[in-house]
Amino acid sequence: MSTVTVTFAGRTMRARDGQSVAAALTAAGVRSWRTTRRGARPRGLFCGIGACFDCLLTIDGRPAQRACLVPVRDGMILGETGGD
Amino acid sequence: MTERFQVAVVGAGPAGLTAAVHAAAGGLSVVLIDAGARPGGQYWRHRGPALGTDERAGHHDWRAFAALCDALQAHVEAGRVHYLARAQVALLQPGQPFLMHLTPATGDAPAVPDVVAATDLILCPGGYDRQLPVPGWDLPGVMAAGGVQALLTGSRTLPGKRAVIAGTGPFLLPVAAGFAAAGGEVVAVCEANSPLRWARQAHRAAQAPGKGREALGYLTTFARHKIPYRPRTVLTRVLGDSEVGGAVLAKVDPTGRVVPGTSREVEADLVAFGWGFTPSLELLLAVGAKTRLDADGSLVVAVDADQATSVPRVRAAGEATGVGGAALARLEGELAARSLVADATGKPLRARALRRRIRRLRTFAQAMHAAHPIPASWAQWLTDDTLVCRCEEVPVAAVRNATGNLGATDPRTVRSLTRVGMGWCQGRICASACARLVAGLTNGALTADALQATSSRAFAAPLELSRVARLDAPSTPEDA
Repeated sequence: MSTVTVTFAGRTMRARDGQSVAAALTAAGVRSWRTTRRGARPRGLFCGIGACFDCLLTIDGRPAQRACLVPVRDGMILGETGGD
Repeated sequence: MTERFQVAVVGAGPAGLTAAVHAAAGGLSVVLIDAGARPGGQYWRHRGPALGTDERAGHHDWRAFAALCDALQAHVEAGRVHYLARAQVALLQPGQPFLMHLTPATGDAPAVPDVVAATDLILCPGGYDRQLPVPGWDLPGVMAAGGVQALLTGSRTLPGKRAVIAGTGPFLLPVAAGFAAAGGEVVAVCEANSPLRWARQAHRAAQAPGKGREALGYLTTFARHKIPYRPRTVLTRVLGDSEVGGAVLAKVDPTGRVVPGTSREVEADLVAFGWGFTPSLELLLAVGAKTRLDADGSLVVAVDADQATSVPRVRAAGEATGVGGAALARLEGELAARSLVADATGKPLRARALRRRIRRLRTFAQAMHAAHPIPASWAQWLTDDTLVCRCEEVPVAAVRNATGNLGATDPRTVRSLTRVGMGWCQGRICASACARLVAGLTNGALTADALQATSSRAFAAPLELSRVARLDAPSTPEDA
């Protein structure tokens, strides 16, 4: 089993190759990575299969990606998607 | 140049994968378009090769799936199936041929052709968990039951330590069993309905004896892991400030009214909700296919005995035609493809046995829907500040205001007044519950029209604005 290293909000975390970005964050104890634009409510993983768009985050500079659908890759830089 | 195929199969879950293989075996040129990296859909989930686990664990019908994958591979290598993985149909233009405007399923996925064309369509879009809002359901740590299952089987990741799994329907069982088998503690499985409802469906349930054996298998797992199964119990409130810390569980009467004095708090860090499933109908609505309200109150597409929709040259199979599970989806996919092959080749379709098996599983599905309805009084669990729409953060009070003070009598008007269902998910998560809420508040019935008004989406997936701008210029399809 190979592991990869990703960076989330400046924190380095190890993940298993084959995990989704959302799974890697979940396994690292991160449960929310975005806030809503009105009430600043925390959002993370909800539907887990790409329907709800709750789990949006910025991946390697590309904003509003669904963390539940994107597989982790070594060196990935993850960050919050602001504004929505 | 746009590549043109005899048939486009959209979705590579049990229905679409089976349809593609049978269409290719019948000699048709097939394009198979699927959002996943590999075939199987939400039902047959793979673990990544590097996760080092037995792919068969947690999967049903694995041998059938392996055979379908082998067949697909052979058709791809022979050039009979053009398989576009990690691709989504963002826009489906009706006409002859049908034009599918594609987009990579995720930002990191490889480029896909902008447009593919097809003479016939077999649409197998699948579905996702149906949800009902309750206070606190938007806290991190609340997930769809299918999302928990996806994490467990797709990524081998446990999303919490202590889980409450709540809602209704047989799908709660494998999710709870999977969570416990992976090392989590299941505090309770809350099934809103009484298992006795199945007794009234015995004649219909008997059409699929294998399903009963499957359920017994899960209950054996429950006994081994000491999982408390609580019938006629609902989760009325998720507790916590910034994430799930617990939940309030309560006994309910057959209509879903909380029995006074039965509420109790439990500690939990994960809540999984599943109220059955609802199909993804964007593409079917885009071509104008007629819909109907299924026995479970979900909007589904109407099909005839050959899986044909009301639109010529458009067939549908799987959850889109009525939620009924993977075994039914496979049979429908096969029938859709074989009836198309018969049409295209002029050869007779011999499918009596296949149709009979489909009828039996549909009968079973009707029994399941009758045994696991959404309780009529579910809206009693709501508070004024419960969010109906998670994206646009629209509370129940706003919906009540729209119907009570502003005169709205249908979900579409409520949407324009409150922005419910107008955010990122475009109502995929809340449209069903909102339609039920509006029907309840206006003393109306839940109708297919009401559901359809908030289920139509111009784009089935987000499309870059530059692409939208170019849509006016029609492309000229050429034969592949």
